[in-house]
Amino acid sequence: MTEERTKEAAETVDIWVAGTEEPQFSPTEEGTQEIGTEESEARLDEQFGRVVDDDYIFDDEVDEDERMIVNMGPQHPSTHGVLRLQIELEGEIIRRTKPIIGYLHTGMEKTAEQLTFGQGPTNVTRMDYLAPLHGELAFSLAVETLLGVEVPERAAAIRVLMTELNRVSSHLVALATNGMDIGALSMMIYGFRERESILAFFEKTTGLRMNHNYIRPGGVAADLPPGWKDDVGAILVDLPERLAEYDDLLKDNPIWLARTKDVGVISDHECIAYGITGPPLRASGVQWDLRKAFPYSGIDRYEFDVPVGETGDVYDRYRVRVEEIHESLKIVEQVMDSMPLGDYRIDDRKVTPPPRARIDESMEALIHHFKLFTEGFKVPAGETYAAVESPRGELGCYLVSDGEARPYRMHTRAPSFANLQALPIAMADSLMADTVATIASMDPVMGDVDR
Amino acid sequence: MSELNPILAGLADAHPNVSFETPHGQLVARVPREEWLVFAAACGDAGFEVCVDVTAVDWMRQRRERFEVVANLLSMQHRLRLRIITTAPRVDPRVDSLVPVWPGANFAEREVYDMFGIVFDNHPDLTRILMPDDWEGHPLRKDFGVGGVPVQFKMSHQVN
Repeated sequence: MTEERTKEAAETVDIWVAGTEEPQFSPTEEGTQEIGTEESEARLDEQFGRVVDDDYIFDDEVDEDERMIVNMGPQHPSTHGVLRLQIELEGEIIRRTKPIIGYLHTGMEKTAEQLTFGQGPTNVTRMDYLAPLHGELAFSLAVETLLGVEVPERAAAIRVLMTELNRVSSHLVALATNGMDIGALSMMIYGFRERESILAFFEKTTGLRMNHNYIRPGGVAADLPPGWKDDVGAILVDLPERLAEYDDLLKDNPIWLARTKDVGVISDHECIAYGITGPPLRASGVQWDLRKAFPYSGIDRYEFDVPVGETGDVYDRYRVRVEEIHESLKIVEQVMDSMPLGDYRIDDRKVTPPPRARIDESMEALIHHFKLFTEGFKVPAGETYAAVESPRGELGCYLVSDGEARPYRMHTRAPSFANLQALPIAMADSLMADTVATIASMDPVMGDVDR
Repeated sequence: MSELNPILAGLADAHPNVSFETPHGQLVARVPREEWLVFAAACGDAGFEVCVDVTAVDWMRQRRERFEVVANLLSMQHRLRLRIITTAPRVDPRVDSLVPVWPGANFAEREVYDMFGIVFDNHPDLTRILMPDDWEGHPLRKDFGVGGVPVQFKMSHQVN
């Protein structure tokens, strides 16, 4: 009896063996994302980076045996996450490149359709995790456009203050990782150290170092903490000194210059054709900044310059970022000196929750609070596009509402996603050793690329 | 059309089938599918030198044509944004690719193909971009379920 039972049990044990199951998925008929040895002419043009400018110099001396396709990533320390590059080499020279992405894809645009407008910032803040506040700002601006509300002056000023500090912290990481990838390891320690002072201020204000969910539709989540002027003032005193130290370290360093000058060049019309924005565009000499062109959150009230480069190489991108830190600190200083008094969110109980004290006194406040946190607020049907200048370029939010409490469609125009298209252009015809320098100078954040 | 920007007025005159709107003060042009590439090229010539983004919206049964393809254009010289929108049907959705006009539309259109299954004609490299090559279905379609991915367990014992 017991024998029978064990035999029966052994038969019913269902062991799954890899490769024995029926294939469930069929590959797409359009072909593979990977680079191939034989490609169509149009795909080759993309991979050679010669769609706009055909500036590749072919070396006829190299025979076929010296060509090989090399995989870099997705688990590679210098790819800033899980970027995978397939590179065809001709000896030491890069012939063609193809970025293969999607390893960090988590379907955040699909998730956004399940979250209410009030919960939306928790989602978008996780996209570009080095500039979370910019993502929240773009989303909030889009929701406010559809709602037809305008935030109070103080809320707008707090938003500018926080996003500009965020730009500084993000650029510091860019400098740090750029330095680390090229071999300036002290730069990495310095960059992350200075960023920590800003993150400490963010933690004090928002409760978290990253993924703040601080900028919300209707204003910001909380007022600035007591003594915020001392903290920001300390950053404003500290950082310029440290930036001068970085300049001592890198600006005229012959090794740094040799690794970055005339490396990974992207011309200005290539940038425009490929929709590349942010520091890479400005490094190519195009004076374009959304803060100047389409000002948001009252940022046109403050004085600042838009630094530009000349050649569009790695060195120019590094310089543009350093200059932008100075300009952002200028804005922060002006915001600090002219911070208006008033409310930090709009006084519309259909959008923002009532103050805690009111809930104990007022029935309506309790109802509003309950409705906001269960159902959320409804947004009139319509579609809009709001864009902010994130540290990586134009961060846009395309929002479609069908009159419900959840977005019908939320799409983020990710700057890193578009900027990655420039990698084949920047890397073609350059040395293998310059690959990491070029990637680092584009400063892609994979959370932003894959979303 | 008199309140439109002079650049757009020229475009509107040359393309009578395109209707213009200004929701929330943003310029939107609704383009018939047959004129999509022609109108986009005209926009490119009119000074919209950047294609910021291409995306899509799945309207399921709410609209006559299921998909809307949306391209965000930017003119740096005129400091102007224009959103051009066209539609694609439920069965065999096909739209002309904007890559011949703006090479930067490449990744964005691949994303739309990946997420919505809208095929862009004459796209140089129309493959999936975010999902794996062997993924079945298009995740951002409204009829693609949330959390419906089968999980394979290495071993499953039946307890008697």
